[in-house]
Amino acid sequence: MIEIQHVNKWFGPFQVLKDCTSRVEKGEVVVICGPSGSGKSTLIKCVNGLEPFQEGIITVNGISVGDKATNLPKLRSHIGMVFQNFELFPHKTAAENIALAQLKVLGRSEDEARARGKLLLDRVGLGEMGHKYPSELSGGQQQRVAIARALAMDPIAMLFDEPTSALDPEMINEVLDVMQELARDGMTMMVVTHEMGFARRVADRVIFMDEGEIVEDATKDEFFGTPRSERAQQFLSKILHH
Amino acid sequence: MKYNWNWGILFEEPYFGWLVSGIEWTLIVSAIAWIIAFSLGSLVGVARTVNSMPVRAVATAYVELFRNIPLLVQMFIWFYVVPELVPDGLGRWMKRDMPFPEATSAILCLGTYTASRVAEQVRAGIESIPRGQTAAGLAMGLTLAQVYRYLLVPVGYRIIVPPLTSEFLTIFKNSSLALTIGVGEVLMQARQIENYTFQGFEAFTAATLIYVVVTLIVVFAMDRIEKRARIPGYGVQRGQ
Repeated sequence: MIEIQHVNKWFGPFQVLKDCTSRVEKGEVVVICGPSGSGKSTLIKCVNGLEPFQEGIITVNGISVGDKATNLPKLRSHIGMVFQNFELFPHKTAAENIALAQLKVLGRSEDEARARGKLLLDRVGLGEMGHKYPSELSGGQQQRVAIARALAMDPIAMLFDEPTSALDPEMINEVLDVMQELARDGMTMMVVTHEMGFARRVADRVIFMDEGEIVEDATKDEFFGTPRSERAQQFLSKILHH
Repeated sequence: MKYNWNWGILFEEPYFGWLVSGIEWTLIVSAIAWIIAFSLGSLVGVARTVNSMPVRAVATAYVELFRNIPLLVQMFIWFYVVPELVPDGLGRWMKRDMPFPEATSAILCLGTYTASRVAEQVRAGIESIPRGQTAAGLAMGLTLAQVYRYLLVPVGYRIIVPPLTSEFLTIFKNSSLALTIGVGEVLMQARQIENYTFQGFEAFTAATLIYVVVTLIVVFAMDRIEKRARIPGYGVQRGQ
């Protein structure tokens, strides 16, 4: 479903992605981990074209992201994305946040969008919170609304960019639970995260990145059981024994 | 000091009528100039934030040109110089047939000048919104134009209501400069009453009070707008 082939990207003279190649099948959950500055976030932002890249090809369902002829807004409307800082729109209530793109991108009717929003708020456990503004919600609640907002577009895949990194520890699980449920329902997911427990429980595959390279791309059991590279071993020992 | 106080003069005709007419001109000139300033300023302010280099350059040039020339000089330029610079036909029309040539020049002058200041505030408002918000809008399939329309502009304007209030007040106060090209606004009427009656204290006190009342009304109105537009819990606010 998502194919990443020999992607190179530079910020000025600095190369942030080095010959990255991987693929994500339909229904697969892939966790991307690695030290900060390793290019994880940049890589998944390339998948929906939020970050341009200079070399290589990324296709989603056969559509090339980097192609100038591609209708990026249309492509993005099929790929949900959840951000580290939630990025709910502050002047709109939770329900309005979820409705906006349904109305303006998909052209759904008000009633349709509201009903869909209500359903999804229920699903993330926030059925009564639709009328609240983002600032009136906790971080965990905001992130769950953000997930509902992305799901409202009926995406074929979801990208998560460190969805729990900005959360207080006691709120991390409520977000991870929603994500786990999503994975169980068969959603195709790429998740940048440091939550190795989540990766263990939910991931099918783990991609380990360091200095812009995909160092390891293995099944979950391989990665946690017998990581091949020294860098991945070091990373795991640091992150698991803190 | 021997001075014959005569507050009653302000309520005698024709002086009372002059003051009323002054208020009318002040309000008309300021209000229309504000409409120009707000719409043109919004356009230029948004243009200063877009990706396209040429568009940004034009907008920046506009701002620097209009905010860096003293307002009084601009007033004279609009009234005396512009009709000579434009094509002959238009210049002739401006001098002979344009309705209310003084007021029209004053409105164009105040409007375009204040637009440059409004533009800077609109730009500041939009640029204060974190980049991640734009990314989130794009990621859900909105076009960049839609991101401006549904996110950057509505949030940006809410942020800049307080400084916009100051601009709105300033346009009323700056409208007094229109007297230099002969617009019969409040200050000009006060001077005229002084010339006719030698009751300068009363006339200028009246002018002062009129400005204070008008600007206080603006302050109250904008305060209500600010309260209504406020995003709950967004940014640093009173009462928290």
